[in-house]
Amino acid sequence: MKVRLATVWFGGCSGCHMSFLDLDEFLLELVDLVEIVYSPVVDMKEYPENVDLCLIEGAICNADNLELLHKIRARTKVLVSFGDCAVTANVPAMRNQFGLGNAESVLQRAYIDSAHDNPRLPKEDGIVPPLLARVMPVHEVVHVEHFLPGCPPHAAHIKALVAQLLSGVEPKLEGKQIKFG
Amino acid sequence: MAAKTLTIDGKPITAEEGATVLQAADEAGIRIPTLCHLDGVYDVGACRLCLVEVAGTPKLLPACTTKVAEGMDINTDSERLRKYRRMTLELLFAERNHVCSTCVANGHCELQTLGYSLGMDHVRYDYLFPKWSVDTTHRLFGMDHNRCILCTRCVRVCWHIEGAGTKNVAGRGTKSHIITDLNMPWGESDSCTQCGKCVQACPTGALFHKGSTTGEMERNRGKLEFIVTAREKKQWITPE
Repeated sequence: MKVRLATVWFGGCSGCHMSFLDLDEFLLELVDLVEIVYSPVVDMKEYPENVDLCLIEGAICNADNLELLHKIRARTKVLVSFGDCAVTANVPAMRNQFGLGNAESVLQRAYIDSAHDNPRLPKEDGIVPPLLARVMPVHEVVHVEHFLPGCPPHAAHIKALVAQLLSGVEPKLEGKQIKFG
Repeated sequence: MAAKTLTIDGKPITAEEGATVLQAADEAGIRIPTLCHLDGVYDVGACRLCLVEVAGTPKLLPACTTKVAEGMDINTDSERLRKYRRMTLELLFAERNHVCSTCVANGHCELQTLGYSLGMDHVRYDYLFPKWSVDTTHRLFGMDHNRCILCTRCVRVCWHIEGAGTKNVAGRGTKSHIITDLNMPWGESDSCTQCGKCVQACPTGALFHKGSTTGEMERNRGKLEFIVTAREKKQWITPE
């Protein structure tokens, strides 16, 4: 029985997923071991039930991220915070430094003050998710089993962690396998 | 000077009277993690990374400011110490805005390196995300308060190696921060001699050479060691 693997992309640059694709020939081994049931690289609209393992890229920035994350936690056995944005909230959380009202002030700066034509705040109920008042690392919202920092995590470290998880040993990254930035 | 005999990690050690536990351990080849300690300037015991267990004392003591005593039985590594050291590090990361991916010291940072050595793969405390500024008014150097851990190495090298007294600490609690002279922009300081010792001393990316970008800020601690050795021992030795 194949392991049901999901990957998800929240507030991040997709660099962690690019690093995942850098697994090169290990991807071919993975194909025999896992079934990718949800990911930015496969076309699946709804997060399925009974997922074994989910790699989470990105910080929790908006209402959609928050809703999907709770759904993922409820439907997944093992969560991995995948990369610095998921682990520390990283660059997306820099707006938190502007205190209460930071979401409004960054939108104002980006869409009104810097706009040449048609300055307008992006607002479309049900389409554009509202920003949260505070950007959070994943583990501030739900319980996370494992952490894989890096900006992005090196493919060799992704391989080490995924291989440990798939072989059923308690994963442990040590020494040089832990790397922020 | 009288010698003291003591035990560190089960190993019998002889140390000079007046030596610190950190010095005694170092001479015996036992490495204790440190952060605010800097060879060449006096110790302040600010960071609490070098805490050790001393038999007969319920409190943990900082190795850098605890003097050796006859018959001391010291333990430098245990589950309990590793727990507190990791906790201390995580609190340092949570207190300011340490964004490794955009930091000049990424890959050459003592805070980062200590995190790795203690297996810190995430921070369990909520980040405070405080608002701090970056002072780039100086012609040569910059100070990013977001990355400062208040180790006061810069203050100590400025006062006690350079003798300029430009760098100081102001404020209390989470508002504590490093200031220049009487809290003025660094570029307007009359006392700063532009020697750059503070930049060489900084363990993180808080002090940097202007123009260095992500991961480029490497330091040469040997320069500080060279000056201190020259002054104290009258030996002009270029460190390896």
